[in-house]
Amino acid sequence: MYPENKIEQKDKVEPFKDVDLIEGKYSRSSLYKDAWRRLKRNKLAMVGLGIVIILILIAIFAGFIAPYDPIMRIKEDSSLSPSREHFFGTDLLGRDIFSRVIYGSRISIAVGVVAVGISVAIGLFLGALSGYFGSVSDAIIMRIADIFFAFPYILGAIAIMTVLGPGIVNIFIAIGILGWASFARIFRSSVLSIKNKEYIEAARALGASNYRIITKHIFPNAMAPIIVYATMNVGTAIIVEAALSFLGLGVQPPTPAWGKMLSESLDYIDIAPWMMLFPGMAIVITVLGFVLLGDGLRDAFDPRLK
Amino acid sequence: MSVDTNNKVLEVKNLKTYFFTDEGIVKAVDGVSFDLKFGETLGIVGETGSGKSVTALSILRLIQQPPGKIVDGEIIFDSKDLLKLNNNELRSYRGNKISMIFQDPMTSLNPVYTIGNQIMESLILHQKLDKKSAQKEAIKLLEMVGIAEAERRLSSYPHEFSGGMRQRVMIAMAIANQPDILIADEPTTALDVTIQAQILELIEELKYKTNSSIILITHDLGVVAKYAKRVMVMYAGRAVEYSTVDNIYYRAMHPYTMGLMNSITRLDKSKKSRLKPIEGSPPSLIDLPGGCTFKDRCVYSREECGRGIPPLVEVEDGHFVACFRVKEILKELGRT
Repeated sequence: MYPENKIEQKDKVEPFKDVDLIEGKYSRSSLYKDAWRRLKRNKLAMVGLGIVIILILIAIFAGFIAPYDPIMRIKEDSSLSPSREHFFGTDLLGRDIFSRVIYGSRISIAVGVVAVGISVAIGLFLGALSGYFGSVSDAIIMRIADIFFAFPYILGAIAIMTVLGPGIVNIFIAIGILGWASFARIFRSSVLSIKNKEYIEAARALGASNYRIITKHIFPNAMAPIIVYATMNVGTAIIVEAALSFLGLGVQPPTPAWGKMLSESLDYIDIAPWMMLFPGMAIVITVLGFVLLGDGLRDAFDPRLK
Repeated sequence: MSVDTNNKVLEVKNLKTYFFTDEGIVKAVDGVSFDLKFGETLGIVGETGSGKSVTALSILRLIQQPPGKIVDGEIIFDSKDLLKLNNNELRSYRGNKISMIFQDPMTSLNPVYTIGNQIMESLILHQKLDKKSAQKEAIKLLEMVGIAEAERRLSSYPHEFSGGMRQRVMIAMAIANQPDILIADEPTTALDVTIQAQILELIEELKYKTNSSIILITHDLGVVAKYAKRVMVMYAGRAVEYSTVDNIYYRAMHPYTMGLMNSITRLDKSKKSRLKPIEGSPPSLIDLPGGCTFKDRCVYSREECGRGIPPLVEVEDGHFVACFRVKEILKELGRT
């Protein structure tokens, strides 16, 4: 006799249920969410992000944080070393250096963000023009970019500032104009590789216009390297601003700017080193913050690049 | 050929698409003519580089320019010549009255947008729907192409889908505006065999639902045999044979088509019979041999084949062949 050919009930395989998916336990992942996850794991990048966030908060709430007016001179308090009343000491004119450093962050952050914003805007526009339409516009734009690359950054900034004259708006313009070429090149190369992707052809086959293809389809796919480079470039812009202010071409006194504070304290480095130390450190920490964040973003957006 | 001309949805006449490269002019499509009738599936077959995809892309003028250029021809749709339209007019046809399904579903969807977003795009673009009704329509479309839990899937990204599902999404996008013509450019090449059949069945089914006609481009002769009504065989940028599926498969007349048929594995033939390949390889499109482009590989070629390009002639009712020696060859084979 053959044994009865019955399938035992308990051996029945449970049908696969996509419970986790249905209940939304898997978070939707996208390029930016993945990048954020990787960024969170990168300790140095998180330090950079922390510095940047704190700095922005300091710049916004400078009025609440600073204990003294940054411009008010108190003659009898001139050249005091750091103490409980004046954390970072005072300068020659008796101004509180701590308050000046706090307010100085506004200039640096503003220059970093606005100037790089101008660079990005010009760079994206010309880069898209160059990469998407190619031929003559590409040749012309890229040759102009080459000229900008050949020009030393600081020297170029000095030249422009000499023509425009000192002042914060002119700093925005000078640094903004000088930085576009790298963004244009980066964006151009992204556009070149993306415009031949099949989904762009598919979008065109669906009736999308050139404008729509560039802004809606190419742009979001090409943003990652721009975000990375812009973050790092904020640091560079801050340094250039500091250099310009140091040379007297940037922000004019009595407005507190870190670069200007450095140059003012240059002659007293041996008798009152704190005058130079604190604004100098502010510049270093700020730039470091942006560079660390930029580095982390680069790794986060493209884990293969490491 | 007794054809009701009103019945034609699309007519391509003497299409010539060349690519101007540094090495020379690539004549990717060189004088191709065909028509598409209402509700029919027209198959375009040919090997890689025979110009079948370029033909399809030329219909919607999606050829990269430069280096590509449609140098001659007419594409009549809706009693208008698509080649004479300006860019705005052309865009209103693309994805609306004529739409396309691409070869590789893995790369044809934009990775940064959700599926819903991409389907809705063409609805918003052409039907000017608002977001809400576009979303409803998108859910309907996803259900139509057989994607379960359509509403939830709307917010998925392409990388969360398998290849077959992505191709379904591509199809949903293509039929979103109920096109008159659906051009399927090797829609199943990138998919595995079981999914291939499903996708082709789906396309066929949707053809009836949306009242469209299909141009099916493939190098898979089996696919063409099953789904197409008429077939155009292309070789080196030209049509060599153009007729009904039965004529092509059972009464092939052009030596190239005969060669293709001989090189199909057949389950009904004995195991001992060997496949007969076509000797040689296709000519470079830059430096085409004078005369018949197939003559160097053709077992029937004679000196006369070098004299000019053989025109596509109607050898029998509705059966067009581009070969100087077709009559003699048929006689040789004992088929007259």
